Amino acid sequence: MPDVLFDTGTIRGLGTLLIFVAFIGVVIWAYSARRKPSFDEAALLPFADEPQMGGHALSVSRSTQQ
Amino acid sequence: MNTATSTAYNYRVVRQFAIMTVVWGIVGMLVGVLIAAQLAWPDLNMNLPWTSFGRLRPLHTNAVIFAFGGCALFACSYYSVQRTCQTTLFAPKLAAFTFWGWQLVILLAAITLPLGITTSKEYAELEWPIDILIAVVWVSYAIVFFGTLIKRRTSHIYVGNWFFGAFILTVALLHIVNNLELPVHLTKSYSVYSGATDAMVQWWYGHNAVGFFLTAGFLGIMYYFVPKQAGRPVYSYRLSIVHFWALIAVYIWAGPHHLHYTALPDWAQSLGMVMSLILLAPSWGGMINGMMTLSGAWHKLRSDPILRFLVVSLAFYGMSTFEGPMMSIKTVNALSHYTDWTIGHVHAGALGWVAMVSIGALYHLIPKVFGRDNMHSIGLINVHFWMSTIGTVLYIASMWVNGIAQGLMWRAVNEDGTLTYSFAEALDASHPGFVVRVLGGFIFFAGMLVMAYNTWKTVAAAKPEEVAACAKYTVEGAH
Ligand code: HEM
Ligand code: HEM
Repeated sequence: MPDVLFDTGTIRGLGTLLIFVAFIGVVIWAYSARRKPSFDEAALLPFADEPQMGGHALSVSRSTQQ
Repeated sequence: MNTATSTAYNYRVVRQFAIMTVVWGIVGMLVGVLIAAQLAWPDLNMNLPWTSFGRLRPLHTNAVIFAFGGCALFACSYYSVQRTCQTTLFAPKLAAFTFWGWQLVILLAAITLPLGITTSKEYAELEWPIDILIAVVWVSYAIVFFGTLIKRRTSHIYVGNWFFGAFILTVALLHIVNNLELPVHLTKSYSVYSGATDAMVQWWYGHNAVGFFLTAGFLGIMYYFVPKQAGRPVYSYRLSIVHFWALIAVYIWAGPHHLHYTALPDWAQSLGMVMSLILLAPSWGGMINGMMTLSGAWHKLRSDPILRFLVVSLAFYGMSTFEGPMMSIKTVNALSHYTDWTIGHVHAGALGWVAMVSIGALYHLIPKVFGRDNMHSIGLINVHFWMSTIGTVLYIASMWVNGIAQGLMWRAVNEDGTLTYSFAEALDASHPGFVVRVLGGFIFFAGMLVMAYNTWKTVAAAKPEEVAACAKYTVEGAH
């Protein structure tokens, strides 16, 4: 049938669209203000086990820099 | 209220893998220097089947990728997953099994490959009994790693562990799918795939071995050791999340760039080319994130050769992930394919990125797990740094010159349509480049000997009570 709606081209196009939407979704999720505090916390995990450097001293370093 | 409890990390398996990384690095690179010398002076094949280039080449690739690179990944992932989860390894007996099992795999590879026992699939040469052992070790690795993540005492899973996790899962999948084969006897099997399907599956595997073994795993190392050594959190955690998912999503589709102008359908080749071009973006996301972690702390590079190893490795990562997409463009590939340009690209990634980031991470980790403040000699780390950098530059520069010369000479035609140069003439023109590569490779290899000496002195100075004390950590039991 020449007029099929879902030929391989359409499926590939939809695939591209789906991946694109997923990508935008991840970007919006990652850059939403709501995620910021928890990301800031996670970014400090490599230092969390050093009492002398302490999470507190470091938590002001990068994330609060404008 | 704080209820502090004291317990200990499992550093034993980390120490074992760290030491074997240095050992296998030396072995694998020595074989690399030998086969480089064989290409320059063919008499070194010694007319014996076991020492011929064809058998030693896969020995080199297996030794450097799976023995050296693999041990570095095991050591660094076991170390950083414990510290970022603030808990000891899940299933310590299984962790010990991954060490001994992996060494057995390496030993079997070192015996079977020179004997000519091979499936002849690149980077998957090992025969079926060894493939089964690899699968068992790898599943154990996954259980230890993900088990540790599950029992973590922190609320978040650090981004470095996301990269390690993706690397472990994907390598399991790649290994199993690509090695589906029918055994005929103990040392011979045939792949279940054939023809163009076989080629497609092989390079889906091959490229993702690059993408997940040589890239995602080492990015996991980068995301822990660069911030740690710089004393600053990663530049942008958000960027790390976005480039993680983008990298994972795109790498899977880029494999066909290894099969340009072959029997692979044209659309698959074009898809591979487009996906490879897109891949530049998430790759550079990782490089920029690592580099920028040093912003405001650049002065540390002047005094800290470990940080220099890590940062220069990121520069080489950026360079090889720029070069790769360029080589994926079909018209460029028409020139570069089959030439030494590919070999130069491989080692820009392998020596510049994979080896240098591992070496930097080990210099950070070895004193920590042996209860020392620092490596025996910081000066020798600096010497090693310069040897690695000069060795890598000599290797890749000579291969670029050779690659372009070969590409141009092979395609040159006279007016009457005959070839201007014979193959032997192009080979002759490559000889000086081959010699420079032996020199560069030897310098890089000699740097590993400096590392072995430094490691030896560091370990010899460690006192048993310090070694036991360094693994101790306290957990704040309150919220
Ligand atoms: C002292 C350092 C090294 C030397 C002298 C060296 C030398 C060589 C040589 C001569 C070849 C064969 C090239 C050809 O067939 O034309 C080769 C291939 C290869 N090496 Fe190395 N190598 C070194 C280190 C490494 C390291 C550390 C890695 C990985 C982490 C690595 C990964 C590879 C790979 C993947 C190939 C196969 C490339 C392909 O098929 O396109 N090498 N090496
Ligand atoms: C965006 C990232 C990258 C892209 C798009 C890319 C692309 C390519 C291309 C087009 C080839 C040549 C295929 C041929 O003509 O046969 C190639 C070969 C290769 N690349 Fe990359 N590359 C990338 C990054 C890397 C990195 C970081 C490494 C190593 C750590 C690496 C390791 C290799 C290896 C081992 C081969 C040789 C495979 C073989 O023929 O045996 N690549 N790559």
